Amino acid sequence: MQLEERGVPSVAVHTHVFARLARATAHAYGMPKARQAFVPQPVVDRSPADLRGYIEGADPISKRPFMQEVLEGLTRPLDEDDLKGVTFERSTPRLVAPDTEDNLQRLFIENRWTDNLPVILPTEERVAAMLKGTSHPPDKVVGRLRPANYREFWEFTVEKVAVNAVMAGAKPEYFPVILALAASGITARSSSTTSIANIAVVNGPIRNEIGMDSGIGALGLHNHANATIGRAYSLLSQNLQGGSVPGESYMGSLGNWYNYSSVFPEAEERSPWQPFHVTRGRKPTDSTVSVFFGGWYTHAGFGPRATWQEKFKHCIAAAEHNMPPLFVFDPIAARGFKEKGFDTQQKLAAWISENCRLPAREYWDNQWVQTLLKPLGVAGVEPYATRLKARPDEPISVFAPEDINIVVAGGETQGAWKMFAGSYRNATVSVDAWR
Amino acid sequence: MADKLTVHDPRGYPPKVTGKRLANRPQSLDGKTLYLVDCLFDNSDAFIDQLRRWFAEHLPAVNTKLIKPRESWVDDPDMRKKIEQDGHAAVLAVGL
Repeated sequence: MQLEERGVPSVAVHTHVFARLARATAHAYGMPKARQAFVPQPVVDRSPADLRGYIEGADPISKRPFMQEVLEGLTRPLDEDDLKGVTFERSTPRLVAPDTEDNLQRLFIENRWTDNLPVILPTEERVAAMLKGTSHPPDKVVGRLRPANYREFWEFTVEKVAVNAVMAGAKPEYFPVILALAASGITARSSSTTSIANIAVVNGPIRNEIGMDSGIGALGLHNHANATIGRAYSLLSQNLQGGSVPGESYMGSLGNWYNYSSVFPEAEERSPWQPFHVTRGRKPTDSTVSVFFGGWYTHAGFGPRATWQEKFKHCIAAAEHNMPPLFVFDPIAARGFKEKGFDTQQKLAAWISENCRLPAREYWDNQWVQTLLKPLGVAGVEPYATRLKARPDEPISVFAPEDINIVVAGGETQGAWKMFAGSYRNATVSVDAWR
Repeated sequence: MADKLTVHDPRGYPPKVTGKRLANRPQSLDGKTLYLVDCLFDNSDAFIDQLRRWFAEHLPAVNTKLIKPRESWVDDPDMRKKIEQDGHAAVLAVGL
């Protein structure tokens, strides 16, 4: 649409499952008549003959010949609507029309403002109480979020974050952590077709001040603060960015359970290594929350067993290779690796980076490596350019040491560890700034 | 009769949308340069190649040029500038 704006007649081709999303995006851009043509889904893995069939076949949305849509889109004279686009302002009221509790619960579900579990209705009294959890005024702008980088940003205030925190069942003392997550600028409800979910790790004194639990079941549903802060991050992302509606603003093919709630504190006191936020330049006395983008794969391990090296190699080989890992070690497992000589988590990350390799042809055949990283390699960006030069059977390192994230949590009932897709996007946000 | 509650709307604030017009259309693409933009999704290069072949076979008077952005999902001002400078039209595929 930027080309169109600059005077270049354009037609954008999408697969048919994106029709509603493509039109909603054009509308929000102010160009609802942007010309589009559609081919069947999928394009990935289709042969040249199949793709030629798409081109010579019908547009599955308009039912007219695809190439007719393309050619007319480029040459059909403009009408009055094409010339003016559409200008409009959308308002979001502060309050919903008064109604009974049952009707409001139904309204919130029908409007897709919930996660389809019951919410605490955000009455004026409850929101006012939540706002006491921060020194910041209700009308202060916290930030902006959007479900994808081709969508428009929506803005939100402290009060709007408080509304979603109430809905999630959070307590006012949790509110600075929730505001920090909102201020991260990273949505927990990405519209990606790949079904992304964020995982967030809380560090510093705030963990104990508000009763978060880094012990038994830390990554589960067993602690009120852990669970409701995570749920608040999900709900606020959905509602403050303008929705997470399947087919319009959410396109995750499989979906992701981690979208419900995925926030936990690091077990700093029982870890043999530095707290995560300290490895990112913060002081131990700082309270922070760090956001990891991913939630695709989950691998589990125990130990270190005698074959721990092979285990890591298998896990990294089975990862999606454009999505670096977030390792969460139970303190027992972390101490076990320290006894093996990894006295810092950076040393363990360096070992994984150096030793967990994959033949270049397998690495480059990955769909998202092909889509997202190969263009960088072609453009000479390292380390992708070097990886691109490797022979097909040459083992190449999959993740750089600095991309491998390691934290410690768990109740020491097992020497367990897990590896999640968790790409760190340089988002360690101060919680103290939102107290 | 159940009491009525007053509750907050949980949504954020959308930006104002300003209307934007479409570009003027040529009467015909004959003799014009049509950029075929490979959006870098997996296999979109194969789709673009088939599109190029279709034009070569059916509308040979259209001068097609292939072009790619530097990265997926990231605006490439240099690519846009090139298309604006010497292109008359563009097809972007496959966008999503």
